[in-house]
Amino acid sequence: MKHVLAIIVEDKPGVLTRVSGLFSRRGFNIENIAVGETVTSGISRMTVTVEGNERTIEQVVKQLHKLINVIKVSNLASEPTVLRELMLIKVKAETGNRSDIQQIVETFRGKVVDVSPDSMIIEVTGNDEKLEAIKLLLHHFGIKEIVRTGKVALLRGSKVTRES
Amino acid sequence: MILSALEKEGVDVIFGFPGGAVLPLYDQLYDAPFKHILTRHEQAAVHAADSYARVTGKTGVVFATSGPGATNLVTGITNAYMDSVPLVLITGQVGRNLIGTDAFQEADITGITMPITKHNYLVKSIEELPTVMSEAFYIASTGRKGPVLIDVPKDVFDLEGPFQYEEKCHIPGYNPTYKGHIGQINRAVKAMRDAKKPVIFGGGGLIRAGASQVLRELAEKARIPVILSLMGLGAYPGDGELFLGMPGMHGCVTANYALTEADLIIGAGVRFDDRVTGKLDTFAPQAKIIHIDIDPAEIGKNVMIDVPIVGDVRLVLEELVQRLKPGNTTKWLKQIKTWQDQYPMPMGREDKVGKLRPQYVIRELSRLSDENTIVVTDVGQHQMWTAQHFVIRKPNTFITSGGLGTMGFGFPAAVGAKFAAPDSRVICITGDGGFQMNIQELATVVKNQVDLTIALINNSYLGMVRQWQEMFYDRRYSHTGLQGSPDFVNVAEAFGARGLRASTEEEATEAIKQAFAMKGPVLIDFVVDQEENVYPMVAPNRAINDIITGGDEQ
Repeated sequence: MKHVLAIIVEDKPGVLTRVSGLFSRRGFNIENIAVGETVTSGISRMTVTVEGNERTIEQVVKQLHKLINVIKVSNLASEPTVLRELMLIKVKAETGNRSDIQQIVETFRGKVVDVSPDSMIIEVTGNDEKLEAIKLLLHHFGIKEIVRTGKVALLRGSKVTRES
Repeated sequence: MILSALEKEGVDVIFGFPGGAVLPLYDQLYDAPFKHILTRHEQAAVHAADSYARVTGKTGVVFATSGPGATNLVTGITNAYMDSVPLVLITGQVGRNLIGTDAFQEADITGITMPITKHNYLVKSIEELPTVMSEAFYIASTGRKGPVLIDVPKDVFDLEGPFQYEEKCHIPGYNPTYKGHIGQINRAVKAMRDAKKPVIFGGGGLIRAGASQVLRELAEKARIPVILSLMGLGAYPGDGELFLGMPGMHGCVTANYALTEADLIIGAGVRFDDRVTGKLDTFAPQAKIIHIDIDPAEIGKNVMIDVPIVGDVRLVLEELVQRLKPGNTTKWLKQIKTWQDQYPMPMGREDKVGKLRPQYVIRELSRLSDENTIVVTDVGQHQMWTAQHFVIRKPNTFITSGGLGTMGFGFPAAVGAKFAAPDSRVICITGDGGFQMNIQELATVVKNQVDLTIALINNSYLGMVRQWQEMFYDRRYSHTGLQGSPDFVNVAEAFGARGLRASTEEEATEAIKQAFAMKGPVLIDFVVDQEENVYPMVAPNRAINDIITGGDEQ
């Protein structure tokens, strides 16, 4: 099962290496990772998607807690969350099929952010399923390049993952 | 500034080796009030500091230079990390303007040691140095103890800055739990009351937490037998009435049977390591398991736990003793006695007349020692024989490399032990393989006239590996013969130490008596039976009650 962990860390040099190194040396698989600042200065938040059973995840969380720079670890999978990822797709686009592509993009509430004579860049945000779906639809036009940010997530409602 | 911090932390002995990047630090050390022990290799400095920390309970301190100096520490740091020993290591680094340029003697030691330290720091400014120093000592010596490395660029040593030293520090992500959860403690009390066949299984955590006294109280009040892991030896007297010995791969038959038959295991400061559990799904099939440990990540890591208690093992055991409602274990203790009578610790092959059995040497060393004697071992067969045959009576008197199994640990660790406890006799029991890995420390012991006995169990083989080759690789002794080793008596004397040799039981006893009567470093070369094996033995990935006792050996 996939789990999404919110890891609140002190913004110290090497902290990303400490976290990612822990995953690799203990044999845990990171599916993706996103890092950014929080409301509190000096504190960053990592969102890590990791695959594993309950027991593995419990070990991951406990091992993460042992890192001195890690302040808090929450498993967001156990509660309702808003989960999003942003993807940019560069797709082949001739004059003839631009409007077809445009239509797909609109259906997925994406945006065309760049157009050149033979390609377009599309920006789309959503969960895994949505991103996979648009990828599939654009596939036969010819996808030249894809880049994704990795997932970020927040708990629904007024509850927050505390930063200290 | 570093030295002022060390003074504040009550450090008196430093183990180290100088070099270019730490020149400024060593210059300050020149007329500072510290005892600095110059080892002949950085690895020896860490092992010595490691052992010093184990014996004193204080934090060991090591200095080394950048690059090769720092990378030579790596094995020793890993060793301390695996055995949860508090160390603060200060390494020099190339100047800040050179970092990242592959400069002369540059190595990214914070990167290298990230997985083998509890935490580490690269100090980029003088302002942060006091905080880093106090955090390092705090982190190393609290919670689950461990090594902390501080890497200081050469030019930072020379900077002046305000020195405000806070001994209490606040680290937002670091709050060890000391007090056990009372609900879980009550569940443990109930389980102990209801158990018919309970055992206490204790480890190195008992020793680090100073929990020997309360362990004894608990065991004796509840009449529960005690099993100790290699790291736990000494936490309960080795000749104590309720002691069953060490379990696992080379453990006592009784200890392994007791764990397998038990209906309750009280795990105290242990980590259910693979050398103890054997094949996991056959381990303690009938037992409910209580696990007390200061590191929450150890609980449920290897075996499923019924009653988890995160906390300082001493505090938790004290709570348990207070609330204890003893059950009835008379029948169980009788069963255990039957096993003990049936399976004594094997003394080696008696058919080989005239050959010196290593087990005999260990027993004689033990018989002629007092309870304050500190025994330090290297890694291999002699280590297991020592664990089996040397009677360890007190905590911190048995120093060994448990988790990492570091050959080369023993001799420098014995040096550290002697500096930690100058009034105790120190015996280094080592093998001809491991001793040669840090043999250069003979210079350190001669220079400092360190009063210790080196008991070299010399079988001309990497004995433990040879034993595995004999048992599992069809006696193909691939590269385990140590032909070409020097005459160890001559080597000792060339360095200026004393050397003795023994090849029979009479000579062995005589040599031990002689060595114990001498001052300064003495080496005894015990030329033992080359192909003696360590028994009992549980083959890897087998159930721990599936034991080769060695009785039917050809």
